[in-house]
Amino acid sequence: MPEIKVTPLGAGQDVGRSCILVSIAGKNVMLDCGMHMGYNDDRRFPDFSYITQNGRLTDFLDCVIISHFHLDHCGALPYFSEMVGYDGPIYMTHPTKAICPILLEDYRKITVDKKGETNFFTSQMIKDCMKKVVAVHLHQTVQVDEELEIKAYYAGHVLGAAMFQIKVGCESVVYTGDYNMTPDRHLGAAWIDKCRPDLLITESTYATTIRDSKRCRERDFLKKVHETVERGGKVLIPVFALGRAQELCILLETFWERMNLKAPIYFSTGLTEKANHYYKLFITWTNQKIRKTFVQRNMFEFKHIKAFDRAFADNPGPMVVFATPGMLHAGQSLQIFRKWAGNEKNMVIMPGYCVQGTVGHKILSGQRKLEMEGRQILEVKMQVEYMSFSAHADAKGIMQLIRQAEPRNVLLVHGEAKKMEFLKQKIEQEFHVSCFMPANGETTTILTNPCIPVDISLGLLKRETAIGPLPDAKKPKLMHGTLLMKDNSFRQVSPEQALKELGLAEHQLRFTCRVHIQDPRKEHETGLRVYNHLKGILKDYSVQHLPDGSITVESILIQATAHSEDQGTKVLLVSWTYQDEELGSYLTSLLKKGLPQST
Amino acid sequence: MAAHLKKRVYEEFTKVVQQQHEDLSTKKLRLTKPSKSAALHVDLCKATSPADALQYLLQFARKPVEVESVEGVVRILLEHYYKESDASVRLKIASLLGLLSKTAGFSPDCIMDDAINTLQNEKSHQVLAQLLDTLLVIGTKLPENLSVRMRLVEVACKHLTDSSHGVRNKCLQLIGCLGPVEKGVAKEAESQAAKDVQKIIGDHFNDQDPRVRTAAIKAMLQLHERGLKLQQAIYSQACKLLADDYEQVRSAAVQLIWVLSQLYPESIVPIPSSNEEIRLVDDAFGKICHMVSDGSWVVRVQAAKLLGSMQQVSSHFLEQTLDKKLMSDLRRKRTAHERAKELYSSGEFSSGRKWGDDAPKEEIDTGAVNLIESGACGAFVHGLEDEMYEVRIAAVEALCMLAQSSPSFAEKCLDFLVDMFNDEIEEVRLQSIHTMRKISNNITLREDQLDTVLAVLEDSSRDIREALHELLCCTNVSTKEGIHLALVELLKNLTKYPTDRESIWKCLKFLGSRHPTLVLPLVPELLSTHPFFDTPEPDMDDPAYIAVLVLIFNAAKSCPTMPALFSDHTFRHYAYLRDSLSHLVPPLRLPGRKLVSSAVSPSITPHEDPSQQFLHQSLERVYNFQHLDPRGIQELLEFTIRDLQRLGELQSELAGMADFSATYLQCQLLLIKALQEKLWNVAAPLYLKQNALASAAAKQILEETYKMEFMYSGVESRQVVIIHHMRLQAKALQLIVTARTTRGVEPLFGMCEKFLQEVDSFQRYFISELPHMQGSFVDKLLDLMPRLVTSKPSEVVKILQTTLRQSTFLHLPLPEQIHRATANIIEPTGESDNPLRFTSGLVVALDVDATLEHVQDPQGTVKVQVLYPDGQAQLIHPKPADFRNPGPERHRLITQVYLSHTAWTEPCQIEVRLLLAYNSNRSKASTRVPKSTWSESLEALPPSENGIEGTIPFSKPVKVYIMPKPARR
Repeated sequence: MPEIKVTPLGAGQDVGRSCILVSIAGKNVMLDCGMHMGYNDDRRFPDFSYITQNGRLTDFLDCVIISHFHLDHCGALPYFSEMVGYDGPIYMTHPTKAICPILLEDYRKITVDKKGETNFFTSQMIKDCMKKVVAVHLHQTVQVDEELEIKAYYAGHVLGAAMFQIKVGCESVVYTGDYNMTPDRHLGAAWIDKCRPDLLITESTYATTIRDSKRCRERDFLKKVHETVERGGKVLIPVFALGRAQELCILLETFWERMNLKAPIYFSTGLTEKANHYYKLFITWTNQKIRKTFVQRNMFEFKHIKAFDRAFADNPGPMVVFATPGMLHAGQSLQIFRKWAGNEKNMVIMPGYCVQGTVGHKILSGQRKLEMEGRQILEVKMQVEYMSFSAHADAKGIMQLIRQAEPRNVLLVHGEAKKMEFLKQKIEQEFHVSCFMPANGETTTILTNPCIPVDISLGLLKRETAIGPLPDAKKPKLMHGTLLMKDNSFRQVSPEQALKELGLAEHQLRFTCRVHIQDPRKEHETGLRVYNHLKGILKDYSVQHLPDGSITVESILIQATAHSEDQGTKVLLVSWTYQDEELGSYLTSLLKKGLPQST
Repeated sequence: MAAHLKKRVYEEFTKVVQQQHEDLSTKKLRLTKPSKSAALHVDLCKATSPADALQYLLQFARKPVEVESVEGVVRILLEHYYKESDASVRLKIASLLGLLSKTAGFSPDCIMDDAINTLQNEKSHQVLAQLLDTLLVIGTKLPENLSVRMRLVEVACKHLTDSSHGVRNKCLQLIGCLGPVEKGVAKEAESQAAKDVQKIIGDHFNDQDPRVRTAAIKAMLQLHERGLKLQQAIYSQACKLLADDYEQVRSAAVQLIWVLSQLYPESIVPIPSSNEEIRLVDDAFGKICHMVSDGSWVVRVQAAKLLGSMQQVSSHFLEQTLDKKLMSDLRRKRTAHERAKELYSSGEFSSGRKWGDDAPKEEIDTGAVNLIESGACGAFVHGLEDEMYEVRIAAVEALCMLAQSSPSFAEKCLDFLVDMFNDEIEEVRLQSIHTMRKISNNITLREDQLDTVLAVLEDSSRDIREALHELLCCTNVSTKEGIHLALVELLKNLTKYPTDRESIWKCLKFLGSRHPTLVLPLVPELLSTHPFFDTPEPDMDDPAYIAVLVLIFNAAKSCPTMPALFSDHTFRHYAYLRDSLSHLVPPLRLPGRKLVSSAVSPSITPHEDPSQQFLHQSLERVYNFQHLDPRGIQELLEFTIRDLQRLGELQSELAGMADFSATYLQCQLLLIKALQEKLWNVAAPLYLKQNALASAAAKQILEETYKMEFMYSGVESRQVVIIHHMRLQAKALQLIVTARTTRGVEPLFGMCEKFLQEVDSFQRYFISELPHMQGSFVDKLLDLMPRLVTSKPSEVVKILQTTLRQSTFLHLPLPEQIHRATANIIEPTGESDNPLRFTSGLVVALDVDATLEHVQDPQGTVKVQVLYPDGQAQLIHPKPADFRNPGPERHRLITQVYLSHTAWTEPCQIEVRLLLAYNSNRSKASTRVPKSTWSESLEALPPSENGIEGTIPFSKPVKVYIMPKPARR
């Protein structure tokens, strides 16, 4: 039985360090190659020695697929390809390919320059690694080699995020990466066709959550910003450079446009600006509204949002500032925060999750007096708001995707074990498909039942379909022919052709059978009786009485002779070829029952 | 513009040279047209290759064929069809056969046998499909002929087993369009095949080709449309199709399920995998709801749209569509809506400052959570959050329709609708505001909802703001704080967008009159009065102050205690506003203010009656005293017209009626005056100059009748007859005048003939109305018709003259509701002294904003006219998208007009006005003449001879100052 083997090296019952090995029909594919945010030691990268202890990985992997540019999905890529050694193709979408190196470089800078780590990949390695990348378009089928093909589907989540279908022959696996089933302000919803894969590997970050409509969140956010600005206050929004920042920018930009507001909006320079540039380029990857209106105006060419300068923070009057980093632990956002914290008219909005120990976490948990470096006490008078904008599918979204794709098996990754347990149970219950959730390093084997395509010659097909009732493609149909396995391919041909091709002579196989009948009459009279009898029963067949006294039914020959010893017993000799086995055996059984008493 | 300029150039170069007709030739040459069929035959025989033949056929197809020669052409084509070996040529022939059988007036039953015969030996699937299409055309042309239809259906059934999807498609289509619908007929028709079309079509629901499956469902729907009652058994089949792989199939299946749910709403279906049973309509509703989260957006739109029309669904199913259980880490969470509601009911203001006030509370039983509900759960929640705005709009529309029929659902969906006010696409926002307006009788807005609604008032789109004003006009607000909030936001809106003035005042008018009790406690604050001190008198011209007063006065109308709170200047302001903005400020009964109360008519309710009575009385008088001496009649008419016109100005409700009758009387007056001219008594040649008045009168009457016919909405056929009658009289007058003033009889021939034709067509159109027209001009005329036809023009004229004089004045019955179409150009205002400068030869866009009232089909009729100082006039057809429809009978035109001109030395004014275009062909009278259904497919429809197109200006012209500068070198 053919099987698909899946082994997560990372993201098995865990979030971070996504890296999943799939072997399908003799092909080995690695899905994502990420780092773990929680560790600073060896555990931050997947354990590639699992694949091979020594030697290059190229011999063991057919290709690597990166779903999107988040570091927990691509962070280990230069390490993997340059330091461990992999020269095969790496597939990612165009936006991912564009943005990925920026983030990797940023990551490298923080680790090497700030933390002073050695033995880390260099800028040159990032560049070399990116040279191995093959960019793919949405819905483009890429042939990795003769048998292995991959295809990308839109996944929402971040710009360029994709789900990948990996297909070898009739077996296929779909890997979702991270995806979002509800559209947001700049990206659309994930979509997949009814591809019915053997296995669907899906993320399950929000396996136990059903979220409220995003409209309420957006409205709250806008209302808060608007009110503060109207009061003359300043709004600080600490963000990470990519993803949510763009969504919030669009949200505010359109709101400003709609409401005709004049207060300036700034975002901090650097990474965000570069990223915005790519957002501008990859308009086709965004949502309907942006795609439709970009002819008039590219939504990412912000009219109201300008680049931030350090000096602006002291300007009087209302303003909104997006600043990095998102957790208020260092950098520009913290500087601005310290300047504005004292005024109760101002407001800070935290759009995402904050790690414990950061300033962001402290103020969110209600701390009003912060101790800064230099034993300074900073009193926070400004308002602190929390808004969650997350771009993962919730439990309903995951179920919806499973319903769309109709997989035969589901495998959960990228989530916590306890939450997966719940979702697993739900999936099995609702869809009646088996569901797996392997831990890191644990191999799951899935048996598949692939169909094997066989070529058939047109002549044979036409001949076979002409026999019997009309073809009904919904039902399987039995066909007679010879299956020829030659040169690694299957063909169904007519027996004659098979003989010819194989250079074999045809053998005739004939069955003969004697049936004894009690009949005192003459031989030819018995023959006549048998003829009449058969004629009466087999109306659809051509039954003939030949001049020499024998009877043919189609190609079956029946002869009546008198028994050498007992003249009252007649022996009926029935002879048929192998091909007519069915009819022949039917006839004998019929004759064995005896002839009807003639009147 | 370019085209327009080009036209000018051509006008200058073309000169019209009138040729003198030498029509003395007594012999007439009769030309017979060369037979089409013969030409075609020759062409086809000439063709050497299939490509050639195809070319000939293509050329042939471009020209229309006369009805008489169709059959011949068909025969020729068929002949070639049998000879032809090339499939593409046969295909073209087959398609031509179909086209030809569409020819109006041609009955294709004669070619049917041949067409069926061609099917027999055809091998090419494409040609076969085309032939079936032709048969379909033939079949639809002969809807009466049952046996033909049965035969065609039989033929189609035979070809259903074809291996090509195209052929099966066409067969199913044919069966769907022609299959027997009547029960009894099916029995009569002996044929085996036609017995149960539904079964035959149903069998193809499982066809291997998705296109055929779609065609099968469509055919089924077609049968339903034609009146066949579908069997309930199809329901389960259709349900299976909902899971089809192909979107067209699913989309069609959703429609079929909907149809069935409307046919058998109350029958009971079992729920699979349980013993329960539910109503079919509920089951179907659940299934369609499920499709709202389909993978294809086409299906989602379809499903969301259909949900709206399933009003029989039970309420608990309906309410499920808005239900979405939230959870976070397996703990139940309340939605933001629920939290808002709770805050509201606990009387606490939303702080929103606590982090984690949305923290999940109770634990959920893991087993009880159903992640994918098969039922209707959350369908609208999904639909409203969809990626494609088409789906969202459809969902909003559906929500609207369902909420209109179920008040409890309306209450529930309110939160979601309010949320949609913040959609990223303007259309969706607009649609949801309109929806909210439509269901506003069923709902009362909570304060927090009102807050969200009002936030949209700052939107920069004018459409959104105006829609919101309309919405506020008819919303119910629950608290006095709500009213205050609304007022504050509206005033903010006013300062930000001063152009919204009118709309905001109107909005406050309704807000005040709907909530008098809520406004009452706010009055002192709003007027900033103080119990002890006199406060300064506010500025009377401040639009914001006027807005506040409009709110208060309208509330005071049904709240008699309110005026006691007013200060002195408020009364003065009332008097002023009552005069200047009488449409916004209602009459109030103010105690102790005699001046004011006397200015206002004492009571409101019986107010309308006397004027209406007056109107009717004066009209009565006119119609009754028509046997007075001519001078008396004239005077009476003049007075009545004057009275009516004044009445129309005073009473806006009666304006339409008064104007309409006044115009009619005016026509009559003109007619009488014209007939009393002296010129009739004197020999013709002497009074050449004198007829000016008569012919001018005739012309004016004609114009007025067009106005009466096309400018008023609500005109019924009874009025149309009388208008046409008046027009006929005017034409008669014209004829007489011409006869009197021109020498020679030749031109009269044509005119007489034309006139008689018109009388004839009048008779044809209004045959049913003729009995009501005893003693009228046309009545007498028709009596004399035999004589008229045979007599010479001079005699005709004489007869006409006498009948015209003797004929009685027809009583014009007034319709119930009649309104005159009016237009008001808001922008450009015509007040600007700054000329609009632009370089000559280039274009400049002028924004035109106008309100239209009581205009039917403005897209087709309203034009903008620009009149340049040099007398050149330009007519602009606004795009259909430029018209908005903010309310019944009201339209708004917001468009851009492109101007261009050669350089001027100094700025000058151009005139912009709106015109109402009409075409007497499209008149209400001619719609009764049955139009042939195939006529639109044939481009060569001869315009009927009496189609007069024209325009009526119906707005005041606005002057715009422009200055085309010479281009700089």
